[in-house]
Amino acid sequence: MTTRRDFIRASAVGAAATTASIAVPARFAEAATAAPPTEVKWSKAPCRFCGTGCGVQVAVQDNRVVATHGDADAEVNRGLNCVKGYFLSKIMYGNDRLTTPLLRKKGGQYAKDGDFEPVSWDEAFDVMAAQFKRVLKAKGGTGIGMAGSGQWTVWEGYAANKLMKAGFRSNHIDPNARHCMASAVTGFMRTFGMDEPMGCYDDFEAADAFVLWGSNMAEMHPILWTRVTDRRLSHDHVKVAVLSTFEHRSFDLADIPIIFKPQTDLAILNYIANHIIQTGRVNEDFVRKHVSFKRGNDDIGYGLRPDNPLELKAKNAKDPTGSTPIDFDAFKAFVEPYTLDYAAELSGVEKGFLKHLAELYADPRVKVMSLWTMGFNQHTRGTWANNMVYNIHLLTGKIATPGNSPFSLTGQPSACGTAREVGTFSHRLPADLVVTDPEHRKHAEEIWKLPDGLIVDKVGYHIVEQNRMLKDGKLNAYWVMANNNMQAGANLENEGYPGYRNPDNFIVVSDPYPTVTAQAADLILPTAMWVEKEGAYGNAERRTQFWHQLVKAPGEARSDLWQLMEFSKRFTTDECWPADLLAANPAYKGKTLFEVLYRNGKVDRFAPGEVETGYANDEAAAFGFYPQKGLFEEYAEFGRGHGHDLAPFDEYHKARGLRWPVVNGKETRWRYKEGTDPYVKAGTDWQFYGNKDGRAVIWALPYEPPAESPDAEYDLWLATGRVLEHWHSGSMTMRVPELYKAFPSAVVFMNPDDAKARGLKRGDEVKVISRRGEMRSRIETRGRNRVPTGLVFVPWFDAAQLINKTTLDATCPISKQTDFKKCAVKVVMA
Amino acid sequence: MRLLLYLIAAVSLAACGSKHEETPRKAPGAPVVITAAGQVDALRRGVPIDKEASPLPMARVENFDRVRPVNYEMQPPTIPHAIDNYQLTVNTNRCMLCHTRSNARKFQAPPVSDAHYLTRDGKVLEQISSRRYFCVQCHVVQTDAEPLVGNRFEGLNQTLAKEETP
Repeated sequence: MTTRRDFIRASAVGAAATTASIAVPARFAEAATAAPPTEVKWSKAPCRFCGTGCGVQVAVQDNRVVATHGDADAEVNRGLNCVKGYFLSKIMYGNDRLTTPLLRKKGGQYAKDGDFEPVSWDEAFDVMAAQFKRVLKAKGGTGIGMAGSGQWTVWEGYAANKLMKAGFRSNHIDPNARHCMASAVTGFMRTFGMDEPMGCYDDFEAADAFVLWGSNMAEMHPILWTRVTDRRLSHDHVKVAVLSTFEHRSFDLADIPIIFKPQTDLAILNYIANHIIQTGRVNEDFVRKHVSFKRGNDDIGYGLRPDNPLELKAKNAKDPTGSTPIDFDAFKAFVEPYTLDYAAELSGVEKGFLKHLAELYADPRVKVMSLWTMGFNQHTRGTWANNMVYNIHLLTGKIATPGNSPFSLTGQPSACGTAREVGTFSHRLPADLVVTDPEHRKHAEEIWKLPDGLIVDKVGYHIVEQNRMLKDGKLNAYWVMANNNMQAGANLENEGYPGYRNPDNFIVVSDPYPTVTAQAADLILPTAMWVEKEGAYGNAERRTQFWHQLVKAPGEARSDLWQLMEFSKRFTTDECWPADLLAANPAYKGKTLFEVLYRNGKVDRFAPGEVETGYANDEAAAFGFYPQKGLFEEYAEFGRGHGHDLAPFDEYHKARGLRWPVVNGKETRWRYKEGTDPYVKAGTDWQFYGNKDGRAVIWALPYEPPAESPDAEYDLWLATGRVLEHWHSGSMTMRVPELYKAFPSAVVFMNPDDAKARGLKRGDEVKVISRRGEMRSRIETRGRNRVPTGLVFVPWFDAAQLINKTTLDATCPISKQTDFKKCAVKVVMA
Repeated sequence: MRLLLYLIAAVSLAACGSKHEETPRKAPGAPVVITAAGQVDALRRGVPIDKEASPLPMARVENFDRVRPVNYEMQPPTIPHAIDNYQLTVNTNRCMLCHTRSNARKFQAPPVSDAHYLTRDGKVLEQISSRRYFCVQCHVVQTDAEPLVGNRFEGLNQTLAKEETP
């Protein structure tokens, strides 16, 4: 038999192709003979993409990044990258990088219905400040909002938080991370009273079993998946269970593959709790000493607009977080109806698989790591799902020791570091403090050296609500930074786009590239990205990682930090704060926001000369002090001594990241456990010190149906998500030719039987239609995802195919995170 | 030359009895084309946010076994052939049938680099390291889709890269 390769080898063309492939490109050939090029300098940085936080080495030559590769010294990835990471070097060099501000104008003036024209930063900020002042005068800070990001650097998020919550006195600041892990946050807070995982990535090398609860790590966290794969393939006893509503690449490693009907993960979780109790495998000593029990309010609605019939009908729509203390026996009785039969019937999963899964948790000899991302978090009962997975780890005491690890993964590089730890949510302040607690506000005002009573005591609009409030005309001046929320937010045509184009509103979008969101804006600000500025990210295992500015941003592009601080110079306290507050604190009168927020004797206390020799810092040059260091050290005051300790600034430029709390120079790998966490008191063994009684909470919570399910007309489930090659909305990866060519367009993954029943075949152009809108795509019946009948999967990276025109803006009522995994659509030939 | 290569690739596919189906190039019905002035996002191809145009034709995987140059050392080469129906599971790794060191010569395939034989702790193995088992996490196919936005990146001179790597 002639193989394909034999055939090619035999042909002259094949031989020519082989030669061509190893030829040195012309540019390199010239470089070898011409003048010697300048020196290449390698520096460390974390990857720009997901929450894994891989370390990379970045090569810079003549002010350009010329190569990146996995950092062999980085503990997270030890020299490996995924395909996105290997092409990271190219993300800054898309041909359409924004290099000047663009303003909608007509006849030389700003006009909402004008076309984009290049303007100077002065003109951009003049118009923007005039618009913000118009709103401030009419409504005060409550008319101003900001959509931020888990991709902001730590100090950018911190500077933005100060500008909004203290400067403009508006709590309407919320990150795109709301869409990503808000349910994880509320899950942590309700169970442990403190945010973020107790374990760390070292658990991968210690666990005997891995359970993926709605996470396709093979594509979305590939480097962590290499650690799971390594453990599974090199240790025969290790088992992997993968749960999802469709089959994806992570199933290639699954010993226990489970496809369940959407939403029934809740029933499976309660079945496992019941199984543990019924088979007598509760770790009674642990439960007696370290756990308390609560029953949560049920029938809590779906986070839709308050006048939606589903909200009016829900018994506890107004009090979704309410609870009653119960005891173990009440919990036992609560989960008793969740038998194997009931769970199997509801979920459609074979009993054998469910039992095998439950045994991984119940068997005291098995160290188990649970992993989840959007399957749990993007869920109208997302907070519950998080609480319920902690239940089964707490019942068995499988927590906070190596390999026993309920682990919430994150999707953004600094969802933890910036969105959560800095507290850029509409209800938060740094280090788990909240705006609704008078002591917390006072503490923040003291650290910020600002007047008592300045911070508003009401929770601001979360990011889903921001779109609704823009549409309703309640929010009128809006700044979008480091996110692409027009493409990312649900129900685009009814709740996204109308608010941006509302004539009462002025919308500003800061981004390196012209995105869908930028297109919807009135002013676009060109933004420096990644190593064009000094930065810090915090990954999913509490690891804070720094990098230096390595190159200059193109043209007039400026970092978010520069934009926030420079814009603050255009406002005085008199324009932003109430007269009585200023009368009581006359020292602040007539000062600019820049002076009171950033020139406050703390943020500005480090000289530009303290920037490490050999590295530029454009912000230090612009402001005359080292703002990144000043902001970080002020921010770190919130957490030091309170379980969130960060190391001194300079340490992070030396280390490959450190996991907080960093106490006496030592990072913490397992929190809440005596011996590995310096905050746990001697003799307690475990101490969940986020809660005053030192106990973690097991929650009694039921299965409840989703907000919308398929019916006769809209007969398919729609789940959206990602693909390996593209990161989130694709604004970076779609501009890297190799990544684009690997997966150029979104498709509708459909079961071949469903396609046949609709007279469709692979490649056909179709319309995906929901009650809210429609989009056009093509049918894919093969490839990496194998969906069951009755469900379609559509990735959302493709700006040309806006699947969020069809999705429903229902959220978990507790976390306010949208459920992007469940709504009803129909698919018809276009 | 390029056309000839395509032809050869197509003929070679036919010769080895590939199961590849022809991807449909065009959907039934007239494609919807919308463009409007003032659109800044090239990825939307001039289509306003509140409109939806026809999606691009489904791209086809380039399948001509011509090794593509990398931008710099240590960048994983893209896959120059189709991998439809390749089994890549706990029990089977179709890629390694040809790309393992021992078989590479026989199948005229580039062998995986030495780095693939190192454990997380830097120990050298006889077999490929299990942390590198799922090839498609780093190596991806390329379709014939023309990029919508160009990229100005220029890679590190390969000679220099060698000097830098100890």
